Amino acid sequence: MYWLRRLFRWFAADVLALPSRALVALWVLVLLVLPVFYADPYVLRIVTLASLFAIFAASWDLLAGYSGQVNFGHALFFGGSAYVSAMLSVKAGVPPWLAVAAGTAAAALLGLASGYICLRLRGSYLSLATLAFPLILVGLLLAAPGFSGGELGLPGVPRLTNKPLGNYYIAVIAMLVVVFGLWALADSRFGLLLHAIRDDELAARAAGINTPRYKLAVFAISGAAAGLAGALLAHYMRIAAPFLLETALSFQVVIWGIFGGIATIYGPVAAVFVLYPITEWIGSFQAFGERRLLVFAAIVLVVLLWMPRGFAPWLRDRIETNCPRCKQRNAAWRASCRACTAPLSATERPRASGPRA
Amino acid sequence: MLQDIVVTSLVNGSVYALLALGFSLVFGVARIVNVAHTAFYMLAAYAFYTLFAKLGLHFALAGVLAVALVTAAALACYRLVIQPVREHEAAVLIATIALALLIQEVLLFAFGGHYLGIPSTLEGAVRVAGVSVPYQRFLILAVAAAVLVAMWALLYRTKVGLAIRCAANDLEIAALMGMNVHRVALATIGVSAALAAIAGVIVAPVFVVDPLMWLAPLVTILAIVVLGGLGSVKGSVVGAFLIGFVEALTVFLLPRGAFLKGAVALTILVIVLLVRPQGLFGIVYEEEER
Repeated sequence: MYWLRRLFRWFAADVLALPSRALVALWVLVLLVLPVFYADPYVLRIVTLASLFAIFAASWDLLAGYSGQVNFGHALFFGGSAYVSAMLSVKAGVPPWLAVAAGTAAAALLGLASGYICLRLRGSYLSLATLAFPLILVGLLLAAPGFSGGELGLPGVPRLTNKPLGNYYIAVIAMLVVVFGLWALADSRFGLLLHAIRDDELAARAAGINTPRYKLAVFAISGAAAGLAGALLAHYMRIAAPFLLETALSFQVVIWGIFGGIATIYGPVAAVFVLYPITEWIGSFQAFGERRLLVFAAIVLVVLLWMPRGFAPWLRDRIETNCPRCKQRNAAWRASCRACTAPLSATERPRASGPRA
Repeated sequence: MLQDIVVTSLVNGSVYALLALGFSLVFGVARIVNVAHTAFYMLAAYAFYTLFAKLGLHFALAGVLAVALVTAAALACYRLVIQPVREHEAAVLIATIALALLIQEVLLFAFGGHYLGIPSTLEGAVRVAGVSVPYQRFLILAVAAAVLVAMWALLYRTKVGLAIRCAANDLEIAALMGMNVHRVALATIGVSAALAAIAGVIVAPVFVVDPLMWLAPLVTILAIVVLGGLGSVKGSVVGAFLIGFVEALTVFLLPRGAFLKGAVALTILVIVLLVRPQGLFGIVYEEEER
């Protein structure tokens, strides 16, 4: 009872105090209770897929946003893991749960391998090199059709569970765990070191940080998270096919990440949950059907002109302000800071750097 | 077999050279990784198809018109989409990706997703050392050679070329010397788009034209510019012919080589990056060394 009260106090004081946190709490709640109130299979399917892509986008953001290793071939982890998991469960009869775990582990290894290759590269060179990795894998898979199923891929991958609600909750809970885990990781000392590596690797090294080790670690973690999403997707869609490794998918995750706002974790997730249903919804109209990508690209271009830093930071700046004195974040409609009671509006602010008599 | 390899690699290599050169120039001067570069190549192929096959213009006139139109379109795109977000590097990247997708979808909408064949502009073939080479492929070689020579003259014999090379070498110093780097960037974008458009026009009668034709060459020219050194003019041309040759070797010599040609080119890219990250003729940029 004491812990419950404490939880409630924490919720009221720390979560509801900021509109962005309240939004996140509302979003978690809606995801968890959605099937109870609105169990439309089509909606559940879209939310399931959006959850899996949200894991994918968040893992890209940890790698590209925090540590600055802008990966153009993130589909390598997604599709690689999907193929490993599908192959194990279709050809070797491994139970699906184990296959997903093996796929995730394989993706972490792929992350280590590509991180190792990319240790000496930075900036555009790194992006271009990583762009190549999934395409090399596609080439190899297509050249061995007996093994990989060629263009058609591997169909008949068993589902983790046959209940529709089960699949929904697997995806949503995996997404919540991974995304909040990545968020906590990015807010920890580890995330701080990644910021340091992105901003000035030489300075980070001079400060005694073993930068190669951290870069390898972030590649492996990001790869594992993307791999989990890919393996779950393969088991949900019941197929592993070359489209999971396509350049288009790698670009898609870059678009989600940058559209949502990089180096935030919540930005890309928000972008997926905004953009993915919109593109599906547009695609459901007869007139647009085939042209959802056109509308998608147009939306992204127009939105970028208005919010070049990304959608989530833009929204956050609208509903929250920083206290001029103690830098705490506050709801934009508050008159005084919730931590230090300094007045928040610019007109009432006392002279910050003016002369003191 | 040997002659086939030589001819194929020369033809593909010269097309790649035109594309990689433009990409490399834009990267060097404006620091934009222009994902939409090959989308303009595709746009030019479609423009040529419309002007030549649909409206029945003379093929040379249609080609020149298509190049002019695509260059104008590229400059307009730059002003409308790229320039407003120039300060945000990530936004520029996503803007070029979105632009490429936009062009792909517009073409899909206007022409449909099926392959379009364009009738040959020149009939007949000539036998060289035992292989028959269609005049059409000779045209590609001739045009590409002429354009590459013209580009060399532009870059090394004119003031505009000097400005472009300056800006590519060190943007800040160029600005400090009083150059209008924005105008130089605009000129470079124009030149680059024109090169891509020329490539698109000359390959249109030989390759199939479809709304996804921009992806494969995009990946190849990325491999080429990294192989030659990002931003290096000489490197992109040499790299283009090298990759063209390796691709032809893969296709003709390996079993199921057509599937592997991309993988082989990209494996070369990875090896180059490991052994010599700055490429064959790379310049190490000041803010990127360390």
